[in-house]
This record gives sequence, C-alpha cells and structure tokens, in this order.
Amino acid sequence: MFATLILEDGTVLNGKSFGAEGTSMGEIVFNTSMVGYQEILTDPSYANQIIVMTYPEIGNYGLNDDDFESENPRCKGFIVKNSCENDSHYKSRQNISTYLKKHGIIGIEGLDTRFLTKKIREFGVMNCLITTENVDNDNLSEKMALLNSYKPNRDIVLEVSCPKMQQLNHEGDINLALIDYGCKTGITDSLAKRGCKITVFPADTDAETILAGGFDSVFLSNGPGDPADCTSEIKTLENLIGKMPIFGICLGYQLLSIVLGAKTYKLKYGHRGANHPVLNLLDKKVMMTSQNHGYAVDASSLTKIMEATYKNLNDDTLEGFRSESLKIDAVQFHPEANPGPTDAAVIFDEWVAKMREYKKTPVRKAEEMASL
Amino acid sequence: MGKDLSIKKVLVIGSGPIVIGQAAEFDYAGVQACRALREENIEVVLVNSNPATIMTDEDIADKVYLEPLTLESLTAIIKKERPNGVIASLGGQTGLNLACELDKAGVLAEYNVRLLGTNIESIKKAEDREMFKNLMNEIGEPIPDSEIVSSYEDAKKFAEKIGFPIIIRPAFTLGGSGGGIAKNETEYEEIVHSGLQQSPINQVLVEKSIAGFKEVEYEVMRDSNDTCIIICNMENIDPIGIHTGDSFVVAPSQTLTNNEYQMLRTSAIKIIRALKIEGGCNVQYALDTKTNQYYVIEVNPRVSRSSALASKATGYPIAKVTTKIAVGYELSEIKNAITGKTVAAFEPALDYVVVKIPKWPFDKFATGDRMLGTKMKATGEVMAIGRTFKNSFKKAIASLEDKHTGILHYKFEKFLNEELLDALHIQDDRRIFRVSEALKRNFDVQKIREITKIDPWFINQIKDIVRLEIELENTPLNEELYKKAKDFGYLDSEISDISRIPVDELKKYDYPAAFRIVDTCAGEFHASTPYFYSTYGESCELEEFKKEHKADTGVADTSKEDKISGAGKGIAKGNILVLGSGPIRIGQGIEFDYCSVHASKAILENGYESVMVNSNPETLSTDFDIASRLYFEPMNAENVMNIVKKEKPYGVMVQFGGQTAINLAPKLAKEGVKILGTSLESIDAVEDRKVFEKLLSELKIPQPKGKGVKSTAEALSATKELGYPVLVRPSYVIGGRGMQVVYNDDELLTYINEALKFSGEHPVLIDQYIEGLEVELDAISDGKDILIPGICEHIERAGVHSGDSMSIYPSRNITKSQERKLVEYAKKIAKKVNIIGLMNIQFIIKDDTVYVIEVNPRASRTVPIMSKVTGIPMTKIAINTILGKSIKSQGFGTGLYKTTKLVCVKMPVFSFQKLNRIDPALAPEMKSTGEVLGVDYSYKKALLKAFIAGGYKFGQRKQRVLVSLNDHYKQPALKIVKKLYSQGFFIMATWGTHKFLEKNGVPSKMIEKFMVDKLQKRMKEGRLSFVLNTPTLGKNSQTSGFQIRTIAEMYGIPCFTSIDTARAYLAAVKAYDKGVHLHSETITNYRKKKFLGIF
Repeated sequence: MFATLILEDGTVLNGKSFGAEGTSMGEIVFNTSMVGYQEILTDPSYANQIIVMTYPEIGNYGLNDDDFESENPRCKGFIVKNSCENDSHYKSRQNISTYLKKHGIIGIEGLDTRFLTKKIREFGVMNCLITTENVDNDNLSEKMALLNSYKPNRDIVLEVSCPKMQQLNHEGDINLALIDYGCKTGITDSLAKRGCKITVFPADTDAETILAGGFDSVFLSNGPGDPADCTSEIKTLENLIGKMPIFGICLGYQLLSIVLGAKTYKLKYGHRGANHPVLNLLDKKVMMTSQNHGYAVDASSLTKIMEATYKNLNDDTLEGFRSESLKIDAVQFHPEANPGPTDAAVIFDEWVAKMREYKKTPVRKAEEMASL
Repeated sequence: MGKDLSIKKVLVIGSGPIVIGQAAEFDYAGVQACRALREENIEVVLVNSNPATIMTDEDIADKVYLEPLTLESLTAIIKKERPNGVIASLGGQTGLNLACELDKAGVLAEYNVRLLGTNIESIKKAEDREMFKNLMNEIGEPIPDSEIVSSYEDAKKFAEKIGFPIIIRPAFTLGGSGGGIAKNETEYEEIVHSGLQQSPINQVLVEKSIAGFKEVEYEVMRDSNDTCIIICNMENIDPIGIHTGDSFVVAPSQTLTNNEYQMLRTSAIKIIRALKIEGGCNVQYALDTKTNQYYVIEVNPRVSRSSALASKATGYPIAKVTTKIAVGYELSEIKNAITGKTVAAFEPALDYVVVKIPKWPFDKFATGDRMLGTKMKATGEVMAIGRTFKNSFKKAIASLEDKHTGILHYKFEKFLNEELLDALHIQDDRRIFRVSEALKRNFDVQKIREITKIDPWFINQIKDIVRLEIELENTPLNEELYKKAKDFGYLDSEISDISRIPVDELKKYDYPAAFRIVDTCAGEFHASTPYFYSTYGESCELEEFKKEHKADTGVADTSKEDKISGAGKGIAKGNILVLGSGPIRIGQGIEFDYCSVHASKAILENGYESVMVNSNPETLSTDFDIASRLYFEPMNAENVMNIVKKEKPYGVMVQFGGQTAINLAPKLAKEGVKILGTSLESIDAVEDRKVFEKLLSELKIPQPKGKGVKSTAEALSATKELGYPVLVRPSYVIGGRGMQVVYNDDELLTYINEALKFSGEHPVLIDQYIEGLEVELDAISDGKDILIPGICEHIERAGVHSGDSMSIYPSRNITKSQERKLVEYAKKIAKKVNIIGLMNIQFIIKDDTVYVIEVNPRASRTVPIMSKVTGIPMTKIAINTILGKSIKSQGFGTGLYKTTKLVCVKMPVFSFQKLNRIDPALAPEMKSTGEVLGVDYSYKKALLKAFIAGGYKFGQRKQRVLVSLNDHYKQPALKIVKKLYSQGFFIMATWGTHKFLEKNGVPSKMIEKFMVDKLQKRMKEGRLSFVLNTPTLGKNSQTSGFQIRTIAEMYGIPCFTSIDTARAYLAAVKAYDKGVHLHSETITNYRKKKFLGIF
C-alpha cells in the first residue's frame, strides 16, 4: 500500500505504508541515532512531530516490554528507508508495523530519507502531511491547502503530561517533586535508582501545591514544543525559584532559562541524535550525549545569575547552565540517554548528591530573591 | 593541551611483510600517521622491511629505512637518528611487539625516546593474558573462565575442571595464529603444543568456549583528556568461534537493541579508561542471544584491521587521529576533516549499511583446509556500502571477484536435503551459500539458526534475496520486479541470467545508479567528502559535489609538504578513472595498491582529476583523500560503467590495478570507454598465446615451444609434440593459479581438468619447461623508446613462480651480451606490440640462449621495489607517457638505467602457518603473501638482511638438518649437502638420499620416511635446524614429503624445497658466521653511493 509525504515547500515523495492508515500532519524532523527507535517512538517530546530516521534499517529487533519511554507514542508519523517485518530479538514482542498500526501512527518506508534529511538541513524543519490516501494531481492542491492551514496544538505539553498527580516510587531518602512536561521513563528511572522518592505532577500544577508538599527538590522534565508557549508552566516556575532547589532537562532547562531572564530561539533543524559532543565548561571534559530538541537557549542572553556549564562542540550552542545561589542546575541534553550513550549519567549522580547536600541547608531567604 | 612542542622527530615502525592477519591496513595506517606528523612539522623516520608499501616512499617520510624489523636494526637506527618519540600502535602486532622489545632492552630509555600514545604499561595490560584478566576482574568486566598456562600439564588440569570445547589463544601472536577450538583431548593437546611453540613468551590462554554467542566489536578512541568515543561498532554475522578476520561483518550492528549497544559501549569505554589507552583501540565482545550476558573477548591496544575497516565504513580517519593524539592533541582540538566545521570528538552516524567479506585463498589452494575457526585464513577482504543490508551484502559478494556473483552457488544444488542439512554444520568459507540453498528449499529459518548460530535477522535478509531470485526465475520480468532486484543489489548480468532476458533488453527500464557521499554524520551537516557509493532509486549527490568543487580548478599543487593527497583537487582537463586491484589475494597484493595510488597522484600532476574505484577497505587507495574522488564499489564491469556514465572520464587506466583491472578492460572498451595506454589489441597480443607466439617468432625471439589446448585430448597430443617436462597453465589468471610442471602423461591427466576449469573459455597453455636462470625486468615504453630501471635475477631456477622466488638486483650472473639481448628483446617487443606505459617481461637464460616466457602488459609486483632501489618513479613516468610525454623528455634517459652501489635481495614471505594442509613447496603457482627486501652495498649483506627480515634466525647452534631429495635433484644438491656438512651441520637423510650421500662420501644418519612422528617430536623440541626437501612432483598430499614440509611449517622450522634457496641460505649463514657487520642506511643514501666502493 502506498503512502505519500507532502512537504510545506511542495515536495511530494511516495513510499510504502507500513503503519496505520489515514492522514496526519506535523513538523518533520530527523534523528540520526542508529539504534533506539523504540525509545524515540515513545519519547513524548516528539509530540506534533513526524520523525525521519536517517539510519536506513529500522525495526530489526522489534519492540520489547522494557524499552518504552512512555506509554504511547506521541509522534504524528514515522518515516524510514526500510522497515523490518521479520524482526529478531529474544525480547521482541511485536514488529514495528504491528506496533504503529496498534497506536494509529502512520509509517512510511521506501522513500529517500537522506534526500529528506538534507532538505530539512538546508531549509530548516517544516510542516508536512503524510497520508495513505491516494494523492494525485486532482487532490494534491486540496492536500496542500490542508497542510497550509495546519496549526500545531500549542498546548501540547498539557496533552502529553500526566492527567493527575501520581507517586512513582515510595522508597528513597530524597523527596522529589517532578513536573511532567512529557517525561521519559529514563529520567524517572535514573532518579529512582539513585534514591529519589518521586511525586509526579501534571504540567499545569501551581507552585503552591508543590511548595506545600514538603519536597526536597523539584525536577523539571523534558517535553515537546516551543518553550515560549508554556506560559502557565513558566508562571509556576517563577514562584518556585529560590524557594527550592530545581533541576531540569531539555524543556525543563529551557523554561528555567526563560524564568531566569535568558532567551530561547528555534534551531534551524534541531539536535536529534545520539552522538552530540558536549564540553563541560567547568572541568573541560567532553562527553557524548543523547539529544532531542528543536529550541535552544541563547548563550549570549544568559543573565548574571546564570553560569554556562556545557556547550555543544558541533555548533557551540549552549547545553547547560547553573545558578549556584539559586540552587538551579539544568542541561539541554539527555543524561538519561534512552536512546544513546550513557556518558552523561554522572549528571544524575552529581545532582542527586546535590539534592542530599541541599537537604541539609536552609531554603533561600526572601531578600536574596529580591536581588534577582 | 595542544601539540607537544618537544616532539621534533618521530620514529614510525611499519608492520613488515604482508602475512595473513597483517595486510595492507597497516600501510594505510602508517601513511596516515606519517602525513599527520608532517602536517605538524615533525620529522618522520620510517622503518619497514616491506618494499611494496607506500609508506616506504621517500615522499611519505623524511627518512626511509628499508631494513629488517628486528631489535638490532631498530636499535641501530635509533642510535643514529635519535628520534624524540616512537609510535608503536600503528605498525600492527609487529610494531607493538618491537616497541615492547625496545623498551625491555632499555633502548628507549638509553636514547631518551618516548613511546608516544599508549604507553608500555597499558600495552602489557591489554596484551598479557594474566594482567588483562586481573584488570578485568578489578573493574568488574566479565570474561569467560580461563587460565594462562605455560605447559600442557596445566592446560590439562583446566580442561578437567571446565570440560570441552575449549578455546586456545596464544599470547602475542597475530591473527590468532597457533590458536583454535578443541572439542576433545587429542585436538586439545595438539593445539596447546602448537600455541605454546608459536607464542614468543611460551604462553597460551585456555578458555571456556562460548562459541555461538554473537560477536560484536567496538572501535574506541581515547585522548589524554579522557574523552572517549566509539567510532563504530560492528557485528559479526558469523557467531563467536570464527575469527573476526574470517567472519562476514556488518557495520553498524543490526540486531542489538539500544540497551545492548550502550551496555557494550559503556563497557568498552570503561576498559579503555582503565587501560589508559591514548589513541585507537579495539574491543571484542561475545553477547548471549537469550540474555544480556556478555563477555569481553579481547582488546587490541592499537590500530588494527578492524580499525581500517571502521575508518572506511564511517569516513573517520582512525590512524590519523591516533597520531594527532600521540603528539598531544585532544579530540576536541582536532578538526573533523569531513565536515570541516565539527571536531573529531563525536561519534559517526551512518545512513547506510556496510558489509565486509573476507577473501580466502582456497581457490588457489585446492587441497587447503577450508574450515574456519579461531585462526585467521583470509588474505584480504572486500567491503561494500549500500543503503540497505541486502544491497550491501549482495554488492560485497560481487566484490569478491569470484566466478559467481550471486548468493546461490551451483555447487550445492545437487545436494539432497539431508545432505544439505548436514552440511550446514560445516563452518567454512562457503557456509553462507549453503544457507542460501537451504532457504531456497524452504528450510525453516529457526532450524538454520540452531545449526549455524547465525542470527535469524540475517537469515531472513538472505531469505528475501533468495525469494527474489526465485521470483526472477519464475515470473515474467516487469519494471517493479526489475527495480526491486536493483535495489537488492542485483547486477544486470545476474538478472539477465536468472530471468533469461538479454542484458540489452534491461536497458529499457531506465533505472540508473545514483551516488551518495559518505559523510560521518548521516547528512546532519554539510560535507563534501569525495567518497561515494552507489544506490538505486534515490537522488544523486555527485552533481552537487562537482558544482561545489568547481572553484578548485587548477593544476594540483603537489609541491606542498603533503604530496600524496589529491582530495577535492579538480582540474579543467577532465577526469581519468583508475581501477584498483580489489581484495588482497595471493598473486595480487599491496604492490598494485602502490601503483594505483601513484597513478592517481601522477594523473593529478598531469592536470586531470583522478577517479579511483576499488572495493578493498584495507588499502590506501580507498582513503578518500588520495584521489579527486573515490568510489567504493565492486570491481565489476557494470559497477564501473555506472561510474563512467556519471563521470564521463577522458579514459580509464587499467595498467595499475593488477589482473583485476586488465580483465575489466575488454568489457569497458566494448561499452566505448577509452582504454588509456597500451591498447586492448596490444594487451590481447601478449595475453593471447597464439598471437603472442607468432609475434615472438616474427621478431626472432626464442621462446619455449608451447600450445594452447581446450581439451584433454589436445593436451595429450601437445605433450607428444613438445616432450616432457612441460609447464601447464590457464591463461588470464593471477599469480600462476593452477600452474604446474608436469613430467609424464599420468601427471598431466590428473591435472589437466582442473586447469581447463580455471581457464573457462580461454585455452590452457602447455609449454616446454626449460630449467634455466630466470630473469625479469620492468620497462616503461612510449612506443618508440623504452626505459628499463633494472634487471632482476632470480635465485631459484625457472619453475618457481616469480612471486615466490628470491631475486637479486642488480643481476650477478648475466653476461654483458646476455644483458644486451634482454634489453634488445624488451625493446623489440615493446615497439612491436606498441606498449604505452608499463610492461613486465620474464626470461629464462639457458646455455646462453635468452628465452622470453611471459610478457605482462601492466604494472607488476616489482614496480615498487624497482622504483625505490633505482629512484625512478616508474608509475609516474608511465602515466606521463600514457598522457603524451615521451620517455626521452623525462630525464631518466632510455634503455637500461645505470646501477649504483646499492644491492638488494627480495625475499618472499609465506603464511603457511595459518593455512592447514597446504604444501609449502615452491612451485610455478604462487603461494607467498608478501615480501621483504634486504638492501646494502654488497650481495652478502643484502642477502643476510633479506633472510633476517624474512624471519630467519642466525647465530643459533648448528643442529640436525633433514635432507630428502627427489631423484631429479640428488646430483645438483650434492655440493650443498657437502657444504652443510663442512659448516658443521649434522645430516639426517631419508633412505634414497642417504644411500646417494653414502655413495658420494657424505656421512648422514638414515631415517625412515614414515617415521614422521619422531621427526615431529624433534621439530617440536627445536632440535632440527632446517629441512631441505625437494618434492616429488604432483599434488599428492599423502606423501611423507608433504607431511614433513607441513609439520616443519607448523613448528616454524625453515623448510627449503629448492636447492637454490638452500644455497643462498648457507651463504647468508656463512656471512653471519664470519661476523659481517650490518649497517642501517636510508634507501636514499644507499642509492647515492656511486661505485665508490667504501664498504
């Protein structure tokens, strides 16, 4: 069965459908990871997006019960060069085609993914439409019109966040509040493993609720979309800053930067892959990181209270900052990996150690806050 | 950190002769290292005994020593050159072992030489089995149950505890030589003994076998700042139990989940950190297929064959970066040459699949043991890049240049189902074809998996290919099916064969190949690497690349320090295709890579772009910055034509890529491609026996009488006419494949069928066998004049393949008048045939008659040697000539070039220890894998150096020598045996030889031929100095002579099968005993001395 991809710029590519049937629209992005499609598919940060995998053979080891990053895939489509029907792995429970169909995700294979990747690289991410309906000269303009009228859901964070507060693990000497903007399992697992008792809050939870919970620290998760759209989330953070130690990853990091007075901007085609070299600006060590973000924090916009901690060696973009006085630490990349290298897992060690340290010291005073 | 400014001069140690397990990859690595050092304005001193390498070019290093790779000669060179540092991790196991020896002997400390990159302590920790085991235990990395033993008694105790099967791995040997898997006590005893013998420190590791696990490798890199990256991981399609050098390998891994991939990645980094490696390193893993249990199998603390493969698979220059790290740089300070913007601290992302397949020598060695295990047997390898696994896999098979390009092998069609099922258990080079046949018959994938332990993913991929083949066979071809076949990597010739439709009819489908760039980043960043592979049904990136590089036009600047690089250099005159020589195999080795690389360089100097095509990942020619553009493609007419269609070259150079390129010439010419240099008709004139015979008689040049035959009957009548002995050989073959001296009808009959099979549509050649002095020369011709750099004389009499002969330059036993005749004949032939470019002629001189026995209208094995010892850049002159310059105008004169005081002896090097059941006897069929050169001012010194470089030991106690001569050689050998006796050796002789010696007054102890066991014991205990055995002819592997020879090889006892080699050896022994003092001098200096006679 055929499937068609139409890009905002009018490019039409035909391939073969291997997922659900129907029509879907979203922002087209590419990921260069060679393994880890299951984690990528189920990473909620891909909400509103249609993913192109640059690695051509996808689905080889099927999907298993252990490697989901969230319950359901949130992406709007999945584009590969070659999907694997006869997967092979002792853990595999289903093949990728079955999985996509089950979850209503359209999959296209057999089209030129490198051509697409280069297009995205040259012209930037753009919206696209994928459909398993027959596209011909008669209805192409109709589809184009549909695509041109596409407006992404700007409340996407709320859509992927958990509907209500939940306790993740009951053990642990650190009482941690985690605000879920579309959190990957890898993050909560990494924290739980290191002794955090985690209470997960929906993205629209207000500061008072969290402050009232008697938590030791707040953790801000990854999530989809433009950080500037997250007005209510930002408001919550404004009321938390200085009152509790805060740690953040990805969208959490971006939101913290906005609250601290820095600016975010959209990257031409983002960082999505498992091979991004990041330099620790404090100890000059380099590590390979897993990344998935379309927006970045403008390094030149950092305010006095912020200190840059990491930068990307490919394009020198900012990858982390901290504020020692405010007990804030955040990174753009994904120390939880999943998929990708685990080099940065040490950040969880450091952060959890800090959480323990901060437990002993009193919370910041109001007058210090005024100096912001 | 930046560059360490105290490093001004560095010694680079090469890896010596090409042997199985250590091939061209170290030339590639060494050249990268030298270039990287010179980029930093560091003076480079290079030592290597292998004259066929590019690294021993005077363009590559500041000082080139073509000297033996021994502690003594390296010490002398260090003493003389006083380098600040030495890099050991780029010269293979040889380089690494030498560095350890230099350290142990205190040489490095004495002369204040720093070991750059990974330090000795780390090397030891990785290489010494006990230390490695302890380290792994310390850092909690799992290794299989094992024990280091130094005796069989200890090994036995381990076996009693663990049970069979057990893997035996000797310490400090390359390519796993001496190792194996033992399934029972008999096998165990044999392998442990041989392993102990071969390990330089008399140590083997016995290890619980985990055969059947997945084998996965990681190429890791670390710098002094502790930054660690994975260049690439690779999955062996064959499970643990088959040496990775003998395995089908895919990059990146295909069947590992992210968790598994990262688990092993994390482990590899933990290990490289614990070892404090600085530079490239390879870690091998075994991964269970049912749990996430893994074991660390091995760590190579150096650049390896796998790293060459990883470099070519990803575009990441591992050797270069390793060198930069060795001189102080950190990964984040090194630019990524491919993107030009990003840094070397990143992990390549591939958007294609790479498949590597080993190239085995079993087509040459029909009697050889094809079983694969822990001991590597492949001489070379091919790599293919494709957008999907199927495409890449199929292309890789086509790259092997076997008769069959497909995955279904005629050989297994006839098997009954039960037979086939049984045969699936056989782990040899053809297993994958049996799997294909089984899939064709619908055998269950799980069943095949159970037997072969190949992951079902791969089996299913092969099944898809097989199904397509069945579909092609059974349904009428249509556009969709055709396109699918092309996507899968099928050649038009195959589609035509299977679907029974003429090739020309396939052209209507108009589905052209497109070319893609290898860019290390899966398209994420802009890159314009001149490194391409083909794909179907996708956009082509070549036009875009060419547009971007238009700005570069202008004649290549080769005056710069880095003289070898041609990358991206673009020229207005158009481009010229250089055909490489494909995988390294016996008879077609690294020398043709040398020629291809030089051809590319000379083409650039002539104002053209050079376009390289090759399929061999081990070579320098497939380094993407050698030619203007590199195509990693099978050396197959269709694949080359795909490139031609896009590149529209001015012409193609076929002289430099060995027989592979020559064989492609007619097919390319038929498609309208201009063959540059010697024309196709001229090539045919010397390759077609009949035409050539006529030509020589016209020129009144003597030749052994000969006949071309196409059947057994014709062969018999030919020998009646010519008289025995005769030389039988197929035409158009590499390295004398299938060539044999035959003494009577019986021998002829047993041999002729094989020869007919080899020859295919061409006739088998039967010539008179003339047993005289064999001489060869290379010449460059412009059609009018020729330039002969020099004449080489073989030490062994005619009948031994020139590649397996020791040879001397300048010649010693040729009279002036004979020399004049050689030159005259060469001139006549070149002119008559109209050779434009290189040619090689082989002669036999007997009774003052000079016979021409062979003319090769192409570069030969001796081109690199002659270029180096005479200083004449032969390939360059050939290219200049082909592109229109006269010989006269090039400053080296015409005719035979002058000699200097330099004398050299070339010595072949064999890899018999890796190949079971192969007769080491010298024959017309080539068997050597590599060569070394001994260079000095006198014959004796050069000869001694050649033997030393070839691995022979001198100064040992003179012990027993076993002499066993066939009737033909008893009389000629008498003088030598007498010499042996007078030099203090104790002669043991087989019955006939003993009787003969007795009659001639030479005392010897008779031994029974069938007492092979006893001999074996002597050899094992090292109580035998060497063996002199002239074989009885025929290919009978049951003879005791054959057994003696193979056992000698097994225990590393020199075995001479030609009395001429033995004579030369005795001359070297005598020179050594007389206390000849060996100097080390650069090749440049050797050449400079002109008849001064100082030494």
